[in-house]
Amino acid sequence: MTDVNVKLDALPGLDPNALPLEVKNLQVEFRTRNGIAHAVNGVSFDLRAGETRAILGESGCGKSVTAQAIMGILDTPPGFVTGGEILYRGVDLLKLPESERRKVRANRIAMIFQDALSALNPVFTVGFQLAELFRKHRGMSRQDAKARAIELLDLVKIPAARQRVNDYPHQFSGGMRQRVMIAMALALDPEVLIADEPTTALDVTVQAQIMALLAELQQERNMGLVLITHDMGVVADVADRISVMYAGRVIEEAGVDDIYASPAHPYTKGLLESIPRLDLKGQELSAIKGLPPALTNLPSGCAFNPRCRYAQDVCRKDPAPSLLQVSPSRTAACHFWKEVKGDE
Amino acid sequence: MGRYVIRRLLQFIPTVLGTMFLLHYMTSLAIQFSGNPVRALFGDRTPPPALLEAITERLGYGDPCLSQKGNWCIGLFGDRLQSVFFHFDFGINLRQREVTDLVADALPFTLKLLVIAILFEAVVGIAAGVLAGLRGGSFTDYLVKISTVFIISVPIFVLGVVVREFVGVKFGNVLRGQDWIPDVISTGMFSPGFKPDYPFASLIIPGMVLGAVSLATTARLTRTSIMENIRADYVRTAKAKGLTNKRVIGVHTLRNSLIPVITFLGVDIGAAMAGAVVTETIFNVPGIGRLVTMSARTGESSVVVGVVTMLVLVVLVANLLVDLLYAVLDPRIRYE
Ligand SMILES: Nc1ncnc2c1ncn2[C@@H]1O[C@H](COP(=O)(O)OP(=O)(O)O)[C@@H](O)[C@H]1O
Ligand SMILES: [Mg+2]
Repeated sequence: MTDVNVKLDALPGLDPNALPLEVKNLQVEFRTRNGIAHAVNGVSFDLRAGETRAILGESGCGKSVTAQAIMGILDTPPGFVTGGEILYRGVDLLKLPESERRKVRANRIAMIFQDALSALNPVFTVGFQLAELFRKHRGMSRQDAKARAIELLDLVKIPAARQRVNDYPHQFSGGMRQRVMIAMALALDPEVLIADEPTTALDVTVQAQIMALLAELQQERNMGLVLITHDMGVVADVADRISVMYAGRVIEEAGVDDIYASPAHPYTKGLLESIPRLDLKGQELSAIKGLPPALTNLPSGCAFNPRCRYAQDVCRKDPAPSLLQVSPSRTAACHFWKEVKGDE
Repeated sequence: MGRYVIRRLLQFIPTVLGTMFLLHYMTSLAIQFSGNPVRALFGDRTPPPALLEAITERLGYGDPCLSQKGNWCIGLFGDRLQSVFFHFDFGINLRQREVTDLVADALPFTLKLLVIAILFEAVVGIAAGVLAGLRGGSFTDYLVKISTVFIISVPIFVLGVVVREFVGVKFGNVLRGQDWIPDVISTGMFSPGFKPDYPFASLIIPGMVLGAVSLATTARLTRTSIMENIRADYVRTAKAKGLTNKRVIGVHTLRNSLIPVITFLGVDIGAAMAGAVVTETIFNVPGIGRLVTMSARTGESSVVVGVVTMLVLVVLVANLLVDLLYAVLDPRIRYE
């Protein structure tokens, strides 16, 4: 068996003490026929080793685009990163040439996708798709790579790994396929894993199993996890810190307990109120009224103001404030965070 | 899988019998309306009735049903089936040559023509389609789109005649005027028709004409398929795996994109056989297509029925192989 941890070429400027991931003021736009859509509009967050950072928001708010920009796999055109920095241990990935950037993928930062059925190639066996990583990144022989693929399937608890390695994606159940995706992402021992709605396509019981598996593997490896989701329920148990996104911006950033105890942005508050709760059984759930705005046609002022019950004239006239310090460890982009936080 | 193949093979039987009967009926009708084909052997001369009758009898055109307009000639059909299936005897032509021999002589030319046509359309068509598909909206894309529409809308006999006149005759004459150009190219490749002295070179242009229309279809199919797959989730996964662009396209995108293209190429072998009838006639290639055309003209029913039946079998087998290949290319397909 070949040693997995063959040393990677050192990245120039790599600082082992810097954070594994730091996104600063990221800007992504889509240039389409209907105009320019600013899908990501100054998103910043950081991630410590072993930490879970949740990115939360309704669908269409720019979560996947943020993830794709970090991985460098945006559809270009129409998508372009137009500003900001994406730092991996101090190295700005946006400034790396493509050949260097490519080696960061899967080796240092890996990603798993929402729908494993469409994210796995239908015409190759899962063994081939796993072994490919070892053959192309580690120069292993087919045999060694296949042995490693079997080990990986074992690692993600797929029964009868030795036989299943020769199966095609469509021969697996939804949960098992997502396990294959996880195995693929962990193959090269990355320091950061971005999971884009990893359980959205799954049954509730399977969701819990997958989240438990992710948490276990993350602990074993002290890996940073960026967990993208629109489901507040998933976040509560696993996340350390949360960034809430709305219309391409982070509108609140805080530790998970702070957010659940006292949200400081009306949008976060609305999301929390829309989770079904056992102690409020029988009462009607309050959903946030209205729909998220189209990115090509944002309302003037704060993007959330048409749906906001705290909105004042200032919210309709002036742009939303940049993230205001709510406490030393949390921020919110709302003029009235005090009212929002205290009001209950 | 095995059962599927057996079922498909059984389905061949009605198709082949049906084709044979249709051909038999049409050639019989032709004889009933235009007279005994044996008279053609004597040209303008009027043969002695006894001799004509003897030859007619020997060549199998003596059955009285052939002189009754509209008669189905069922008895004759029965005899024909019997000799084909029990004695592997497809009959003889007017000059008393075995149909099987005629086919054996003509087949190599047609096969060469088909190989050139299919290779040409596969290689050039797929390459053009990939280039256009990878960069949708680019100059190459428009070039491919426009030139393929042009080729598709010109019928093959027009294309064939135009190419023969302009490339084979006019351009060929220019080349033949230049001493430094080797004969294989000037007299062989750029000849207005098939040349026995250059059995391969002189088939290149006819083969390209034969493949041209399907080449356009192949290019368009590849282009659409690539454009569809390039945005697929699994292609994004392949990129996220840090694979080189070459591998993302060449392995993960292409393999999926080529499934419909290869299926089309397989089915197209049958269509190319039909096209060969036209191309071989235009370029005077002594292959199966020309054999059928000439036999149909002279009313040699045994040749027409025999050769076309064999062609039908080839097409049926090719289609079956394509279906099986499809299951190999796309593991999601299962035949029960
Ligand atoms: N390929 C694309 N072309 C054009 N616009 C896109 C594309 N991908 C994403 N977008 C835009 O970016 C916005 C954010 O998308 P996304 O990040 O996928 O949302 P989500 O938060 O649900 O993951 C979408 O509303 C869409 O308008
Ligand atoms: Mg998404």
